[in-house]
Amino acid sequence: MHYEQLGVTEGDFYNRNFEKGAREDTMILNLGPQHPATHGVLRVIVELDGEYVIRAEPVLGYLHRMHEKMGEVKTLSQFIPNTGRIDYGHALGWNWAFVGAVERLAGFEVPERAQYIRVITTEINRITSHLLWWGAFTLDLGAITPIMYAFDDREHLLDILQMPTGSRLTHSSFRIGGVCTDLSEKFIETVRDFIPKMRERLPMYRDLVTDNVILRKRLEGVGVMDADMCRRYGVTGPVARGSGLAYDVRQAEHFPIYEGLDWQVAVRTEGDSMARYLVRMDEMEQSLNIIEQALAALPAGPVLMKNAPKVLWKAPKGESYFAVEGARGKIGVHLVSNGGEFAYKVKLRSPCFSNLSAYAEAARGTILADAVAILGSLDLVIPEIDR
Amino acid sequence: MTFLAAIPSELIHIVIGMVAIMAFVGIHVLVLVYAERKGAGHIQRRPGPFEVGPHGILQPLADAGKLIGKQLFTPTNADPILFWMAPVLAVFPVLLLFVPMPFGPVVTVQEVNLGLLLILAFAGIGVLSTMLAGWASNNKFGLLGAARTVSQSVAYEIPLLLAVLCIAFQKGSLNLSTIVEGQGSWPWQWNIVTQPLAFLIFLVCAFAETNRAPFDLPEAESELTAGFHTEYSGMGFGMFFMAEYANMVVVSGVCTALFLGGWKGPGIDGVWWFMIKVYALLALFIWVRWTYPRVRFDQLLNINWKWLIPLATLNLLGTVFLMKVF
Repeated sequence: MHYEQLGVTEGDFYNRNFEKGAREDTMILNLGPQHPATHGVLRVIVELDGEYVIRAEPVLGYLHRMHEKMGEVKTLSQFIPNTGRIDYGHALGWNWAFVGAVERLAGFEVPERAQYIRVITTEINRITSHLLWWGAFTLDLGAITPIMYAFDDREHLLDILQMPTGSRLTHSSFRIGGVCTDLSEKFIETVRDFIPKMRERLPMYRDLVTDNVILRKRLEGVGVMDADMCRRYGVTGPVARGSGLAYDVRQAEHFPIYEGLDWQVAVRTEGDSMARYLVRMDEMEQSLNIIEQALAALPAGPVLMKNAPKVLWKAPKGESYFAVEGARGKIGVHLVSNGGEFAYKVKLRSPCFSNLSAYAEAARGTILADAVAILGSLDLVIPEIDR
Repeated sequence: MTFLAAIPSELIHIVIGMVAIMAFVGIHVLVLVYAERKGAGHIQRRPGPFEVGPHGILQPLADAGKLIGKQLFTPTNADPILFWMAPVLAVFPVLLLFVPMPFGPVVTVQEVNLGLLLILAFAGIGVLSTMLAGWASNNKFGLLGAARTVSQSVAYEIPLLLAVLCIAFQKGSLNLSTIVEGQGSWPWQWNIVTQPLAFLIFLVCAFAETNRAPFDLPEAESELTAGFHTEYSGMGFGMFFMAEYANMVVVSGVCTALFLGGWKGPGIDGVWWFMIKVYALLALFIWVRWTYPRVRFDQLLNINWKWLIPLATLNLLGTVFLMKVF
């Protein structure tokens, strides 16, 4: 009744303001905010001609948690747990981006052992994130079983990560000037045991899932994004590397530890969903290489610098920007401080936000099933988009 | 007792037969639900249902109890008559499909000399129920699911028919019992040896006709939430569920009778051979469902129109030609 008085016939603001095309016989469909393919509360309004997607428009904001605002009302150390909750898939990447920004602002030198620990734990976290994506993505394609296998491995890795970080999902173990705990002997031993096991699992995944003819037909040539398009939208991470852009922050910004290790940036040139898929599968292997070498080269020493800042520590005045390579792309933190214990402004550059913006163009003209596959291939974590 | 004698014996026969079919379908749906959940569990490296009864054996009963206990919900603006007609229409034609099914040498409800035709005709009604369900529930996902069902089922009925016709031509009969009689006890005497291509085409079509993965597009969970039965709750959904499993049994039964020698087998012929073969096929259905990703809709139709129909036509022409020559 109330809505009718206002002259509203159906739907909400977004439905009513969705510009329909010139045609009258199309159907507008809401994918989400509750839909199995969006893995959270993303909403995509789709204009359909039969099964063909004429237009797809993502609607954001269903999971906005004001992380940037919270950065202004919490002290710098207090904000670290928040960073672990921005992207639950790759929490340590966000940890690192934030503490890195603070360290760059204050000019802190992080002890070498702490840097190695950051590399090892972040790479383990990257593998868990890719495994989570792999299971969920194959679920989008209708294969229900792979997620159970992926979670099997992920479970072991979470057990391992629990030892140094103390948590299984929303890790927040990095501190300004180091990390909170040293690696135990048991941790190092378990990781050494796990690496060969994981190396055996990856070829099995390739044989069982990646080389499946139905999966290949569903992904090859679907949702092609060329390098130019990726540049236009600021797409980063495996999505950009699937389009032939060999941009990896770990390499491009000359991260100290990664420089000395033998690993390659996984790149594919096809730009389709299969390329993005294969880039992530290759990255898991590369991450295993990095972890193995970093463990072997792990130096002795402290894990937290002397005089590491306490809770009420005041950062110097100024601003800094620090970026790391997250599992989904370039995680950037822009920190502005006016000399108080709170940051004046924390700007979080979320890779999923940029990657999603390319979705509307990539999904245009595809079939509904392909639109779902493209959405999955972007590896979106919805809380990170809304922040 | 005289009034009992006045009832024609055919009628008593049919009534007993229908009751037996309902019991058979009911039991096998329960067994299949358990088998599917347990099979899915073991394929996915988990034990499957384990809590209700020893090894979760009473789980299907618990599932059924839950479905019956749920509120039957009709969405606003849905057409209530059509909406509730659909699940009923889904189940009852399937029961009729069991009438000419040759379980054993004498174990058939009613031997019909056009049994194969009867099965194909009544199987077509299943599409109608799915279409009605999607249309009447006034849901866009349901509508898309219904549209998919119609084009999928109608398309796949053609190669199915052509594959079945090969056997009918070869054996010169549409009576399923006669077709089984025409095959020997040993596997190399079964029709699958003379008609391997028809068997493969039949099997692919069977997956598509029963809406099982990898061809489960009408309900494609990740795209259409639940497709045509999105809006159904409780037993409304339960009846579609029952119909799906009963359809699987029918398709496996027909496949067994046509290609795998029906009740015949090494040693003693009988119902057990029929059931063993049916369950082997059902295991295949379950195995495939939990292993493969879903195909895309245009690919599904391409497989049909570009591969199955030409192949089935060639196979039929070849069969006719060879029969004429020899």
